[in-house]
Amino acid sequence: MIDEAERRRLERLAVEMRLNIVQMMGPGKSHHFGGSLSAADIMTALYFYKMRFDPRNPTWPERDRFIMSKGHSVPAQYVALAMLGVLDPAELPTLKKMGSRLQGHPAMHETPGIEGCTGALGEGLSYANGMALAGRIQGLDYRVYCLLGDGELQEGQVWEAAMTAARHNLGSVTAFLDWNRLKAMDESNSSKCMDPQPDRWTGFCWAVREIDGHDMQAICDALDWAESIPDQPKIIIANTIKGKGVSFTEDQAAFHNGVMSPEQYELALAELEAQRDALAGKEIA
Amino acid sequence: MPTTLETRFAYGEALLELGKQRPDVVALDADLYKSTRSVLFRDAFPNRFIDIGISEADMVSTAAGMAASGLMPFVNSFAIFLTGICYIPIRTQICYPGLNVKLVGSSAGLTQGPDGASHQSLEDIALMRGLPNMTVIVPADEVETRQATFAMAEWPGPVYMRLGRYPVPRIYEDNYQFAIGRASVLREPGAAEVALLATGHEVCKALEAADQLARDGVTARVLNFSTIKPLDEAAVLAAAGDVALVVTVEEHSIIGGLGSAVAEVLAALPNHAPLLRLGVRDVFGESALADELLEKHGLQAGGIRDSVLTALREKSPI
Repeated sequence: MIDEAERRRLERLAVEMRLNIVQMMGPGKSHHFGGSLSAADIMTALYFYKMRFDPRNPTWPERDRFIMSKGHSVPAQYVALAMLGVLDPAELPTLKKMGSRLQGHPAMHETPGIEGCTGALGEGLSYANGMALAGRIQGLDYRVYCLLGDGELQEGQVWEAAMTAARHNLGSVTAFLDWNRLKAMDESNSSKCMDPQPDRWTGFCWAVREIDGHDMQAICDALDWAESIPDQPKIIIANTIKGKGVSFTEDQAAFHNGVMSPEQYELALAELEAQRDALAGKEIA
Repeated sequence: MPTTLETRFAYGEALLELGKQRPDVVALDADLYKSTRSVLFRDAFPNRFIDIGISEADMVSTAAGMAASGLMPFVNSFAIFLTGICYIPIRTQICYPGLNVKLVGSSAGLTQGPDGASHQSLEDIALMRGLPNMTVIVPADEVETRQATFAMAEWPGPVYMRLGRYPVPRIYEDNYQFAIGRASVLREPGAAEVALLATGHEVCKALEAADQLARDGVTARVLNFSTIKPLDEAAVLAAAGDVALVVTVEEHSIIGGLGSAVAEVLAALPNHAPLLRLGVRDVFGESALADELLEKHGLQAGGIRDSVLTALREKSPI
């Protein structure tokens, strides 16, 4: 349960995360703005509210794990790790450049704090299950969080993993669905029938909660709820807006992997700075 | 008749013993544990065994997560499902970060005979050999399988071991010492006309073929390349140096397997003996008994002998 002050702190951090995401990507280059921005509130709640994670010891065996199954959104995780001091913030602009540790998709052997290699979609939930099973076998009580994209649910392996987690009562697994309803080309629904989601997961024997994925209070409450259910995997279905926080990237498949012009870049920064200032203003008032 | 054993049986017993020695070893299977012989591990260590069901990709990705959390998973299925269905998770989640996952493909080659082409695996070595950080082992008999199972547990990083469902005679004595990356010379006549470089089930066939060739007056050197990657290049060069014909023998497509690996080594030489690649010649298998299929594809001892004699006679293997 978070109080008003904690909620505001987290909301400020989420805006900070979006600012950092846009700045690290910069103008003139193709980047995965959409999915990184839609996940920013969830990532903030995980890294700054819920996860048992010591930035000074990111390989601590008892740490909670986070798996970015929709690997293209890893810039949001790089920013979270930089804000925590696991990565040097000065490293962020090297994203996807030759010689950088910040690969276009997660590379656990390159980047401190990254727990697994993803990128080919649909494989992360199985991997999270494996970490949870290993924790059980080794008597460690860490939790494993996994962020899925809704486009990614079109990969069949996700549903194999859903059945495995339920069969093994993997209560340490909590998945988020970043349900922004867009994939790379257009709406997820344009290729496959995607609705309803909650009933599907209930039918796969998961505990389900549906929330507004940009409501910090709701995200934190859902994370608390997930901890209260010991023997069942949980999914928090978060209704989100792809590209959230920047007017011209919101709900635009073109910014799944798109390029900001210099003018758009300046506008994006201005909009996010205004959001930051507004939150600071509330604080002063 | 010498005693024979399928390599999968030797593996099952070795995995059980490994499980007794190392608490970090876990095993996964995809509803084939009686066939792959991981059943012995399952019965002894039910808490360290996952039958994931009929979902091989899920199994491989789950194993990767277990390896990233400090365990050493042995992942079991039929060779073609394991390497074919799971190619991307093996590549991205295991080989790319170099996770310590051991993949064991059973019923490889033609030896899942009656089940037909869908279950036979003639491309798995090619798939696994091309992956960075991957090691590929194809043991020839029960002694080597057993030692390879323990050796892969000591070898850091991803390993693919290919096993068969075919009784092979024991080739090695107990004092044999298998080492990953080292070929072993089984027949060394001194001066040889032909070098037979074989792997897996075809090692025993190559030995038998060498006996037949001897009766034909052709001396043959025989080597077992039980590691396809890293390939023992020095052994290839030494075996190929003084012969009129180099022959690779494998129960796999002639594209991408041992024959290709040896060709890559020989091609770098300014002069070398012609290379005859024996295997399955870029076609699918079919339902039949394993022995019938080996016969059809020229991979029984007599077929190897005939191919060698023809190539020697024609001075060109192609």
